[in-house]
Amino acid sequence: MTQVQSDGPLLSVKSLHHYFGPLAACRNVSFELRRGEILGIVGESGSGKTTLLRCLSGQLAPTSGEVLFASRRHGLTDIFALSEQDRRRISREEWGYVHQNPRDGLRMRVSGGANVAEPMMMNGTRHYGQMRALSLDWFARVELDTARIDNKPRTFSGGMQQRLQIARNLIHGPSLVFMDEPTGGLDVSVQARLLDLMRALVRDMGLAAIIVTHDIGVARLLADRLLVMKSGDVVEHGLTDQVLDDPQHGYTQLLVSSVLQI
Amino acid sequence: MTIANQSNRRAYNYAYLDEQTKRMVRRAILKAIAIPGYQVPFGSREMPVPYGWGTGGIQLTAAIIGPDDVYKCIDQGADDTTNAVSIRRFFARVADVATTERTQDASIIQTRHRIPEAPLGPGQIMVYQVPQPEPLRGLEPRETETRAMHAYEEYGLQYLSLYESVAAFGRIAGGAGYPVLVDERYLMSPSPIPKFDNPKLHQSEALHLFGAGREKRVYAVPPHTDVRSLDFEDYPFEVQSWDEVCGLCGCGESYKDEVILDDAGNRMFVCSDSAYCGDRRVAGHAGPMAGHALDGLATGDDNTDDDAAAVGIEA
Amino acid sequence: MHQNDQPAIRITGLGKSFTLHNQGAAVVPVFADVSLEVRSGECVVLAGASGMGKSTLLRSIYANYLPCAGSVEISHDSQFVDITRAPPHLVLDVRRRTMGYVSQFLRVIPRIPTLALVMEPLLENGVDAAEARERAETILTKLNLPSTLWQLPPATFSGGEQQRVNIARVMVREYPVLLLDEPTASLDAANRGTVVALMNEARARGTAMVGIFHDEIVREQVATRLFDVARHRAAA
Repeated sequence: MTQVQSDGPLLSVKSLHHYFGPLAACRNVSFELRRGEILGIVGESGSGKTTLLRCLSGQLAPTSGEVLFASRRHGLTDIFALSEQDRRRISREEWGYVHQNPRDGLRMRVSGGANVAEPMMMNGTRHYGQMRALSLDWFARVELDTARIDNKPRTFSGGMQQRLQIARNLIHGPSLVFMDEPTGGLDVSVQARLLDLMRALVRDMGLAAIIVTHDIGVARLLADRLLVMKSGDVVEHGLTDQVLDDPQHGYTQLLVSSVLQI
Repeated sequence: MTIANQSNRRAYNYAYLDEQTKRMVRRAILKAIAIPGYQVPFGSREMPVPYGWGTGGIQLTAAIIGPDDVYKCIDQGADDTTNAVSIRRFFARVADVATTERTQDASIIQTRHRIPEAPLGPGQIMVYQVPQPEPLRGLEPRETETRAMHAYEEYGLQYLSLYESVAAFGRIAGGAGYPVLVDERYLMSPSPIPKFDNPKLHQSEALHLFGAGREKRVYAVPPHTDVRSLDFEDYPFEVQSWDEVCGLCGCGESYKDEVILDDAGNRMFVCSDSAYCGDRRVAGHAGPMAGHALDGLATGDDNTDDDAAAVGIEA
Repeated sequence: MHQNDQPAIRITGLGKSFTLHNQGAAVVPVFADVSLEVRSGECVVLAGASGMGKSTLLRSIYANYLPCAGSVEISHDSQFVDITRAPPHLVLDVRRRTMGYVSQFLRVIPRIPTLALVMEPLLENGVDAAEARERAETILTKLNLPSTLWQLPPATFSGGEQQRVNIARVMVREYPVLLLDEPTASLDAANRGTVVALMNEARARGTAMVGIFHDEIVREQVATRLFDVARHRAAA
């Protein structure tokens, strides 16, 4: 195993471009992310947020540019220079991916407990008792009723499904978690609880997260830093409170001034 | 070729399939034997029976059978069920082979649900009719993804089904098509044989060929290959067992079928392998229900069994 | 600990203007060429009428606003960090360990109990839960926030109560540098006295402070020096 320096970047993105035919979905994106940092990516629909997230999480090879990740096995390496097998292993062992719709991130045909235990099985655990104990532990950590561990996710509410998905994506101790609109489909009361939960988990586990959202409020409460995207370009990048309180770019100023006040 | 040329009277080529098709299937079989447990795609043909009735197994048999072979075909362990009888008659007719019900005498045994109780020896070939060759399919619907999983040996997903079973029943309950790891490399579904038969695959003297007609896949377990049934460290693999002995032959070790006798809840257990059970009764073994309970039919029954055993090899 | 002869905050030639891109790129200048040094144990109060840019200066020191000229250096781990140019993770580290900021408004995740909110900055710095709880309870008691409110989220609290939660969240830690934007604005006399006492305790410990206080009495009780922002007013 390669010793990773704790003060170096965990993820380093260099001049990443992605084109769908002539259409630029992401243009010249560069940034670094360290352990314990939460990066928010904001922008309107179609601005390239999700494409960027898919490139960063190895699901989509960028047209050009590099995505360097400090993995336990390979050190800081461009994930697209690795073999597919190594990339899949990094994804399985060191990443989590929380989908906007829990149905995309859960196996609806197996129980909640099996959903949470799956990453352990994928990473080689072959002891039922250990998996069961850790699944129960994670059920409790994300505030799900442990009595329902053997129920299918479809019997869970939207908020419970999303918590199940979060447990499933953290149980194996990843160093980086990708979240695509994690609170998107939830009503506001559930959203707040979930935001607090995610913040506490990220803090306790010292992991880094990249959160795509179009909700400025969510971004303000969760993210340390923001990347503002418009038509495939990063128009602004900085500390969350600085970007939102003193936006420099016209688009960010428009975005911030468009937030509804209650 | 000589055989095909000889039979001018025949409406079909020897063993039904044309020679090019048989070559293609044989090439797939050779590749499957070379990579134990790996699913080899092949150009499955339309057969004169519907998918699900054994088209994969029939094509494999047709590709490997010759006039010197002795052919046995079972369905649920029995030689005398409609499917088994029809397929046996099919090959007797199109391949001019001798057929048998005795496991020891057969060179090719086609099956769907069982591996016979009698131990298999060198030179014997088991041909399995497989409905779904992909053990991961129930958990992962994408073929591209399951192929990647096989390629990279990512088999953690298969344990999900075992986990679910232990969570629900307190033990690994799955009865048939229980997943195995072949030669510590490829995950394989052993057709829908009961897990009772899984240990018979391990280091078997015989060659095992699996054919899925609809899914167009062939895979194999060559003789003397390690076959390990998946399990958890704290829930080791176990086969089924029965408290009852066979009602007819009294056998305690064999795989049993449960037979409901009336509306009052009376039932009996009998060996699922009819040839094995018959052999035992000829050898003088008798179960608690042999010779009584079915009084009126008892004599006739015994005669039939004796006949079957005496005939041995059908012409 | 930094030596007395080295300032905790060193501001050099700082300028700030806002460009409003959606209003014909209008430029609103605020201040220009601000230079200021604040040492350990000092409390500099920003003076000047409303709209002169006091809050903007304070926010620029905290890197909440992005200045267009000059630098703001904060002594962090005995080294100066230019907060206007430092990489984000370093700015966050300065905020986490060196520089606290009491804003005028409480901005927190809804539906989180007050006690948990006050414990949070400690947990973020690796303090264990039991100690964090004890320290949070101590500061809330000092600020006269009734213990019946501790398990409630502050959304329904009065302005004064919310402001005290806000102060507690910052004062629960002993930051070497404190920025305060009208911390006593909505407090009654008794609570104002408590906050002043807390601030003077902090200053006695060596905390360097910059604050905005409209209340003349408070200003006299805490200020060691006044700094007139109006003199640096930038021309439009």
